[in-house]
Amino acid sequence: MLPSTPTPVAVPFPRSRPSGFVLAFVLLICLTTVASWWAARVDLTALLSREALGNVLAFLAGGFPPALSPEFLGLLLRPTLETVQISLLGTAVALLIGFPLGILATASLAHAGPLHELDLGGRPLRRLLRFLPYAFSRAGLSLFRSVPELVWALVFVRAVGLGPFPGVLAIGVGYGGILGKVYSEIFEAVDPRPLEALQGTGASRWRVFWYGMVPQAFPHLVSYTLYRWECAIRASAILGFVGAGGIGQQIEISMRMFNFPEVVTLIGVLFLMVAGTDALSLRLRRRLL
Amino acid sequence: MYRAEGLTRIFPGGTRAVDRVDLKIGAGERVAFIGPSGAGKTTLFRMLNCTLKPTAGRLWIDGEEVGHLHGAVLRAARRKIGTIYQQHNLVPRLHVVHNVLAGRLGTWSTPKALLSLLRPAEVETAHRVLQQVGIPEKLYARTDELSGGQQQRVAIARVLLQDPDVILADEPVSSVDPMLAVGIVHLLTDISRATGKTLVVNLHSVDLALACFPRIIGLRDGRVLFDLAPEAVQDETLAALYRGAPEAEGPAQVTPDASFDSNSSCRPLPKV
Repeated sequence: MLPSTPTPVAVPFPRSRPSGFVLAFVLLICLTTVASWWAARVDLTALLSREALGNVLAFLAGGFPPALSPEFLGLLLRPTLETVQISLLGTAVALLIGFPLGILATASLAHAGPLHELDLGGRPLRRLLRFLPYAFSRAGLSLFRSVPELVWALVFVRAVGLGPFPGVLAIGVGYGGILGKVYSEIFEAVDPRPLEALQGTGASRWRVFWYGMVPQAFPHLVSYTLYRWECAIRASAILGFVGAGGIGQQIEISMRMFNFPEVVTLIGVLFLMVAGTDALSLRLRRRLL
Repeated sequence: MYRAEGLTRIFPGGTRAVDRVDLKIGAGERVAFIGPSGAGKTTLFRMLNCTLKPTAGRLWIDGEEVGHLHGAVLRAARRKIGTIYQQHNLVPRLHVVHNVLAGRLGTWSTPKALLSLLRPAEVETAHRVLQQVGIPEKLYARTDELSGGQQQRVAIARVLLQDPDVILADEPVSSVDPMLAVGIVHLLTDISRATGKTLVVNLHSVDLALACFPRIIGLRDGRVLFDLAPEAVQDETLAALYRGAPEAEGPAQVTPDASFDSNSSCRPLPKV
């Protein structure tokens, strides 16, 4: 026998059988997807027909050449700045809402897992007291998320009037819900072994959080927050449609006047802003990781 | 220091990781636990350091029963126990100085702990304990840039700063090469001798345990198989302890090295 001949493996690779629940779940997803195809009246022939493509091309051609007159570009300066302001402030508000709620909504920090075993084991009342803020913050975050930003914007336009401020609030609340949820998931994904070691020194949960969780989660927190800022720039453009200021308001005006060259220029400006934040966040992430 | 009666831990799957262990460890003792992996050593240690709750049986630390502790009293009890883990117990992205100062987290207030993350407090103390473990130059290095042996030294420095009554070390040398392992075990026994702190370790290397510890406890299937002085540990005792374990699991060999510091606390290692 050649020395390199591998000895046959005695035990076969364990074949895992999916449980009934998993099978049912996968089947349900598949069926729903197929059913949605019909329900949404997906018709690829309509999309790819000569007529449809011609219409799209004609629509796009209407936007060229883009409006680049100095007067128009000068007019763009203020709304562009406003969009940056709305997105930045909105993300800041979202951070203020999402970070504390995200901490509360982290199960491994609130009530579950080895950090609580001895502290809460056999003390159902204490466990419940720890569980309640967790449950409420999760419910709150879900509520903030489930209302679309556009609806938040309409609500806040009613409350504080037209302009950039309702845009800031709409992004702040809506994105606060998203950030909080993602933060809590990032916190829970952190390696628990250093946390256990920190707790072993007699540190409180707060100190375990700041010394163990935050440093491990930091690059992911920054990276995801920057991504949300990028989303906020796009969102603030849409919010402008309902009177929440920024470049979106300008897009809406130009659209209504069928001035497509202006629309193309405006979308170009939006593209530059999104690409700019992307480049910025890339550099920042490289620095941090 | 420690007293256990019928200490048992059953995991949700029904595994009896630790099974009716009776134990008494006096203050200042140096004890080594040995046994095949899966014997329940780590689970026992996680009960000894107040992380896991015993399923049954009772455990006292300094006369205080652990099962009843919670909140601030529990934290105070944990402060008295310094643990060194197998690996992965430091926060990788923090600088060494913060990982060392984390030993103070049980004593510091939260504001002080937070401020120290921005501007390290008690740097001199951190530097001194790093000197004690032999890597003072790593004070401001990023922890994840250190080697496994250096990280284990940082973990020891953290325990030194915590200044506990007991040092628990769970397989402290299984992730470093054998020569470094000897050095780290010596460091721990020397500290215990110099300060009178109780030292309880889990060791994979039987030779190292027999050479450095006056009391050896063999753990198998969650039960104490023997509790003996090293002289009384016979080949048959070890054979019974590791019976059925794969060869790699058996008593690990440590190659003795002539260059080894001769005036340290351990007896010479047996020749292979």
